Amino acid sequence: MQLVVNILVLTAIYALISCGYVLIYRVSRVLNLAHGELMMIGAYLLLVTATSFSWSPAIAIGSALVLSLAVGGMVYVFLMRKMTGEMVLAAVLATVALGVLLRGLAILIWSAQIQYPGQPLGLTNPSLKLPGDASISLYSALLIGSTVLVYGTLFAFLRFGRWGVRMRAAGQSPLLAAQRGINLHGVYALAWGLSTLTGALAGILIALDTGLSQTIVLIGLKAFPAALVGGLDSLVGALVGSLIVAAAEVLLIHYVDPLLSDVVPFLVLIGMLVLRPWGLFGTREALDRV
Amino acid sequence: MSRRQPRASGYFRTTYEEDHAFIQTRLEWWSLTALVAALVAMPMIASPFLLDLAAQVFLAIVGALALALLTGYAGQISLGHAGLLAAGAFTVGILFKEFAAPFWITLPAAAVVGALLGVVFGLPSLRLRGLYLAVSTLALHFVVVYVGGEYETKRGLSTGVVIDAPRIWGVEISSAQAWYFIMLGAATIALLLSANILRSHTGRAWRAVHANETVAGALGINVAAAKLGAFVITSSMTAVAGALFAYHRSFVSVEAFSLYLSIQYIAMVIIGGMGSLLGAVLGAIFVTLFPYAIENLMGMLPGSQRYAGVVFAMNYAAFGVVMILFLVFEPLGLVGIWRRMQSFFLLWPFKQQPLGGARR
Repeated sequence: MQLVVNILVLTAIYALISCGYVLIYRVSRVLNLAHGELMMIGAYLLLVTATSFSWSPAIAIGSALVLSLAVGGMVYVFLMRKMTGEMVLAAVLATVALGVLLRGLAILIWSAQIQYPGQPLGLTNPSLKLPGDASISLYSALLIGSTVLVYGTLFAFLRFGRWGVRMRAAGQSPLLAAQRGINLHGVYALAWGLSTLTGALAGILIALDTGLSQTIVLIGLKAFPAALVGGLDSLVGALVGSLIVAAAEVLLIHYVDPLLSDVVPFLVLIGMLVLRPWGLFGTREALDRV
Repeated sequence: MSRRQPRASGYFRTTYEEDHAFIQTRLEWWSLTALVAALVAMPMIASPFLLDLAAQVFLAIVGALALALLTGYAGQISLGHAGLLAAGAFTVGILFKEFAAPFWITLPAAAVVGALLGVVFGLPSLRLRGLYLAVSTLALHFVVVYVGGEYETKRGLSTGVVIDAPRIWGVEISSAQAWYFIMLGAATIALLLSANILRSHTGRAWRAVHANETVAGALGINVAAAKLGAFVITSSMTAVAGALFAYHRSFVSVEAFSLYLSIQYIAMVIIGGMGSLLGAVLGAIFVTLFPYAIENLMGMLPGSQRYAGVVFAMNYAAFGVVMILFLVFEPLGLVGIWRRMQSFFLLWPFKQQPLGGARR
């Protein structure tokens, strides 16, 4: 039973992070390898807001999320916008460079030590008992809840929202979308902002759950195989891929070797690339476009 | 050696031999002589620290040349370069620890392991292109590093494998000067090898595959073989570089082969300039010396001891900034700057390049 809970929690973590990869890839065909770092920045932003709004956790988390939305938009406006029209590879390498920069900045500003943003907010992390002798920490439960919420909102937004439809249009054909008067730069900036926001939400909840240091980046990177297994341009795929990767990881760690933890997602990724490179739910032509 | 040809005034070569010659002008010949003399004379005057730095640069040049061949010429993107370096280093480490093998066994073994891994890294390239290929090499990097870490843990060597200095005819190679010449030799061999590959059929096939796979196939090039060959040759080079790295440090540990190392090698190729061997060399020099430059700069700031703990973070941040600046403002890299300077002097007092074939 505990295994099932562990799988669910890890699925939620991966799903919440990997939807950021999917959003950006789907809209602008750029693979954001700095997603883990942006997620980390979001979590550190909570550290900042936690000290200024220590009387209200909700306001602190809310303002950290708004700030990370702004950070994501700024990343597009100041960096990725310059990379449009360049090779796709150049854009990806720009995100890699951005990741290196952000990691350095995070250590410079917040030091490399592990920190607990929950403390200034006076938040505790009680363990909840579940039927079947399983337990789950409060923030892990919140993580599952917010994953459901985020995915529900994203589906509704992309299906019915005015800007959501624009984002899908821009992803399908930037040229035609621009011809119809869609503000492409606005759409791209929004995609980067939303992606950073969801990543930051994941980062914040992980940081509240287990503490915050730069190693959180690795979790962000491990979520990437989940996105690719499901298909880089499919949100449903990200959910299913997260479930597959999380299940494989938890089960292999439990039954084979704990050291496998860092490598399982990538093994799954290699397997998927050999069998079906465009992922379970991805569109096949996406493969030829890059 | 054929006639020396002038460069700026026109293109006068009439045979393939002249076109392929490494040294084309008298100036090139003189500057090469001066460079060789300087490189040979350097150990007489430089301090051991500088020699060690130079050895690091030469080692980086070997790895950077391999990646430049693979990415810049064959067009196959690899984010797993550190994994291949790790494979070479761990081949040395394991062979030394388990069988006490001397270097003349471990180095060829590293080359073979690298070649085999090259096949593994290259197989996805037959189906995948661009980003997806990059991602598969990234995944393989994690697998290789995991295997190395597994070996360390299972053998109870949690901190890493210690390797004795190699011996040639009973003489232990440990002085900075000896390493300087070994690494210089390795870099020279790598450079000559790369340049020769590029002017042979293999290199031209790689460039054709890079430009357009379908057309390359129609021209009679075996695209799959060319891609796999590119991976095998460059991986082998990289693994040998990793093996030399292991001997130079006399220590192997997975911590040295993080993703950041892969990023550094990619940065060498980008900062130097894609699709140019000179670029790979310049990039390797730049990226290797960069952290020392930052450290020195920070040492000059007032209150330098306050920053002592954050030098490595500063390195990270500054490195990211430099990489972004090059990607955005100088996609041709250092070699682009070098070419512009060259043509400024060659064309002076004129500004514009003549149209078509006047320059190499």
